[in-house]
Amino acid sequence: MSEKRLEKYCDIVVVGAGHAGCEAALAGARLGFDTVMFTVSVDSIALMPCNPNIGGSSKGHLVREIDALGGEMGKNVDKTFIQSKMLNKSKGPAVHSLRAQADKQAYSNEMRKTLENQENLTIRQGEVTKLLVEEGRITGVQLYSGAVYHCRAVILCTGTYLKARCIYGDVSDYTGPNGLQAANYLTDSLKELGIEIFRFKTGTPARIAGNSIDYSKMEEQFGDERVVPFSFSTDPETVQIPQKSCWLTYTNEKTHEIIRNNLDRSPLYSGTIEGTGPRYCPSIEDKVVRFADKNRHQVFIEPEGLYTNEMYIGGMSSSLPEDVQDAMYHSVPGLEHARIVKNAYAIEYDCINPRQLYPTLEFKNIKGLFSAGQFNGSSGYEEAAAQGLIAGINASMELKGREMLVLDRSEAYIGVLIDDLVTKENREPYRMMTSRAEYRLLLRQDNADLRLRKKGYEAGLIDEETYQKTLEKEKSIQEEIKRTEHTTIGGTPEVQALLEEKKSTLLKSGTTVAELIRRPELTYEDVAPIDKKRPELPWDVKQQVEINLKYEGYIKRQMKQVEQFKKLEAKKIPEDLDYEKVGSLRIEARQKLEAYRPISIGQASRISGVSPADISVLLIYLEQYRRKG
Amino acid sequence: METTIAAISTAMSASGIGIVRISGEDAMNVIAKIYRSKNGRKNIKEVKTHTIHYGYIYDGDETVDEVLVMVMRGPKTYTGEDTVEIDCHGGVYAMKRVLETVLKNGAQVAEPGEFTKRAFLNGRLDLSQAEAVMDVIQAKSEVALKSSVEQLKGSVLRAVKEIRGKLLHHIAYIETALDDPEHFDLDGYPQELLEVAEAQKKKVQKLLKSADDGKMIQEGIRTVILGKPNAGKSSLLNFLVGEDRAIVTEIAGTTRDTLEEYISLHGISLRIIDTAGIRETEDVVEKIGVEKARQMAEKADLILYVVDSSQPLDENDQEIMELLRGRKSIVIYNKTDLASAVDMGSLREKTGSQVIPVSVVEETGIEDLEKSIREMFFQGEISFDDEVYITNARHKTALEEAEKSLEMVTESIEAGMPEDFFSIDLMGAYEALGKILGESLGEDLVNEIFSKFCVGK
Repeated sequence: MSEKRLEKYCDIVVVGAGHAGCEAALAGARLGFDTVMFTVSVDSIALMPCNPNIGGSSKGHLVREIDALGGEMGKNVDKTFIQSKMLNKSKGPAVHSLRAQADKQAYSNEMRKTLENQENLTIRQGEVTKLLVEEGRITGVQLYSGAVYHCRAVILCTGTYLKARCIYGDVSDYTGPNGLQAANYLTDSLKELGIEIFRFKTGTPARIAGNSIDYSKMEEQFGDERVVPFSFSTDPETVQIPQKSCWLTYTNEKTHEIIRNNLDRSPLYSGTIEGTGPRYCPSIEDKVVRFADKNRHQVFIEPEGLYTNEMYIGGMSSSLPEDVQDAMYHSVPGLEHARIVKNAYAIEYDCINPRQLYPTLEFKNIKGLFSAGQFNGSSGYEEAAAQGLIAGINASMELKGREMLVLDRSEAYIGVLIDDLVTKENREPYRMMTSRAEYRLLLRQDNADLRLRKKGYEAGLIDEETYQKTLEKEKSIQEEIKRTEHTTIGGTPEVQALLEEKKSTLLKSGTTVAELIRRPELTYEDVAPIDKKRPELPWDVKQQVEINLKYEGYIKRQMKQVEQFKKLEAKKIPEDLDYEKVGSLRIEARQKLEAYRPISIGQASRISGVSPADISVLLIYLEQYRRKG
Repeated sequence: METTIAAISTAMSASGIGIVRISGEDAMNVIAKIYRSKNGRKNIKEVKTHTIHYGYIYDGDETVDEVLVMVMRGPKTYTGEDTVEIDCHGGVYAMKRVLETVLKNGAQVAEPGEFTKRAFLNGRLDLSQAEAVMDVIQAKSEVALKSSVEQLKGSVLRAVKEIRGKLLHHIAYIETALDDPEHFDLDGYPQELLEVAEAQKKKVQKLLKSADDGKMIQEGIRTVILGKPNAGKSSLLNFLVGEDRAIVTEIAGTTRDTLEEYISLHGISLRIIDTAGIRETEDVVEKIGVEKARQMAEKADLILYVVDSSQPLDENDQEIMELLRGRKSIVIYNKTDLASAVDMGSLREKTGSQVIPVSVVEETGIEDLEKSIREMFFQGEISFDDEVYITNARHKTALEEAEKSLEMVTESIEAGMPEDFFSIDLMGAYEALGKILGESLGEDLVNEIFSKFCVGK
């Protein structure tokens, strides 16, 4: 390497400027490391190439957690949303989930501004084509131009760009999303380093000119009257803004007939597409085939932003040829005269088998190499951002020589997300779902700050003042719960009248304020008039008090389960354990354990093909190992 | 590791004394709840360690068995934990009841090899024994897993699967609605679920009852009848299951293609394997081949080898006698009503088994046969796998867990809790039932959601 070329030195290189890359780069820079973020196009920072919204069921939880840890996504969407809704409000607090429609351009611009103003952070346009590794440790990256950036850690956040191909009908464009340049070289470098590559697929629906849509045939969907911000740091008053509407319409038999008549022209059915697509995000042709008994499917028309009249046609992603798409969209009520601005397409890309990663998101076989987002086989902006943040924190922790951050399944959705990725067999893009979180009553979006601020503070992304505020909040919640438990209420006429008014059973003997709040028909606010010594408390404290009292039984049960769970998580497996030497493991279990190299007995027990008996054997072996010293 | 475990720690036979062993933090509390001394005054929690006490085990007010209880406090016990051993005097049935009583009062069924595992982890076994311990755990688990599903009756297996299928469907529906509230709504759904939960709970309760009656799993001495064509196997079988002396149940196995029959000989139950083969044709060995016969013989606790005494022994007999080697068997010297062509003495020598002359046609010798089976059993020569009872206990615990979870679902619905709370307990029931089948949750739910409900953007 003697020829002349650009040569630079930095601490952390982040490859990609999508939602994972942005969080990773910000975390690295904020933790004091000289960080360079590469992107094939600086104008596509924090791009939302698919749906124009952030959050939703379980994804909203992720955004809250990112915020609690000191990430940027929540703050950014609070600045740029154009409609917001708390989903599942009629259901339990654990599944309340925020979802906001974002102005895509504003979202991207705001994030870019934040990155540009971040100390220690350099944004650089260029394609990384090669990783430089010496003796199992990352030492730098090489660009297409030949330039070399020497560094101590690399975080790969390449999204859907690796060897990307966009497909509709018999047309294949070798580009990334939205016609952006693909990254065609890095995969080969990864393969040379022995990294196992998967090929995944996803898709996006058409964008349609808003002024060609007949909204009178659709149902209008409004945002919430009172908007709740994503970020715990955002002043709720600043997010009470005028909102844009979304619209609901439906496909019909005619739509389905058009699709059925043209299935043979779909690249999916003809076999052109080799990548594995997500089952939870089926194309419209997939829905029509798989759910043949349904005579209509919902279609959500969502604004892409205030900067354009383009509308996103949610529910109708497709890889059918353009002419079929045209006919198909036109068959939907309200879209009869729709003008398509961008057609729907499927996109295929390279990603990795994420079992090659530790739960820290560091590669097991290359020190200092981390990865996050769709590159790890996930899907979704929020999933990407969450991983990006963790990878950014952990790359920094490694450079500081500090213990890395691993959130477990009982601490955060982020923990569930990463554990699932690195422990389970993932054969399709992974999406977060509330059903994946076994302790979800504890992992609520309303208590993400109480759960995770401390971790963010310890990592160095949350400042002292913010942390102290969280501690105070925690204290006042505890005090108020205690107070309600100890405040007795007698069956005075005033009390009985209130109970009667609320259709609640009258008191026969004395009780406590807490007991009244536990009644399904009563709330914390309801009993205020008879709770004479109640202190003035902020709304979020009251909310926690009410949830903790009302669902105490369930919450305690889950906490008990968590105790059991934590025991196995705490049993660490040495990194260099030679599974060949554990004689009594079944062959399948041995192969799996060798491939996954779990960090704890808990993680090992979640690997498919490892039986409870294998876990017992492993425990015995570890004890033997420990005693031998 | 502070759960308290229990299991039967001796092989079961009708003869000897069986031991139920309890180990763990709570062992003393468990025994205190169920033990009463003769005069009722002894407090078992206060007795000296490593002492033996005479008394009774009670399930509530009902006496379960007369016992000796050995109390040993840790760390000087096999497992290193507080340990109690109950010597049961009342035979197989009583021992089973003692175990159940122990489980009802706070202990959990031990996992296969768990006592040994604890012994090692608590430093009670030498480092050099680690390999052996691991082998024991793996081997025992394999046996347990096999017996768990194999012993399950076909009808039970089907019922459990059906309940699980139903539960999974509803969990998936709720979860889909939570994940995609704009596509799926739950209006009026709690009422529907209430009915489902009640119906499934009834089914679980029915299974529980059959577990109580011992009808859930296949108990009995696994018996195989072998013999060359026309030796008289089917006549013998028919005679044994004849009305006056047998309880006969016929279950089409879903886990394997054999029919089984249960015969009760004065309280000892025989489970005769592959009666289908015998019934269909006399030529079992010929028809199914020696290989299959060998497999059957391997599974058997007892082999009844039927010899046609009117025909000289041939190569079929030679092959069968090979199979008998090292196994408990009785030779049935059949057709004594005809002229003898086989020498009883040399048969006894060749097989090393008792030879009992029988004529099924004349109905002679059958009582001798019964007597010798009973003797073998009571002398402990043949026994059946005690894993059966452990399995039954495990299944029962799982069913009780499922029942409890379903009750919680009902309570949550009636208390007007939000829908997401229902699926937590539905899931609990689903997982508990999965233990019976040896299946964990895995990706079941996610797969169900994606395959049954149309979700996504």
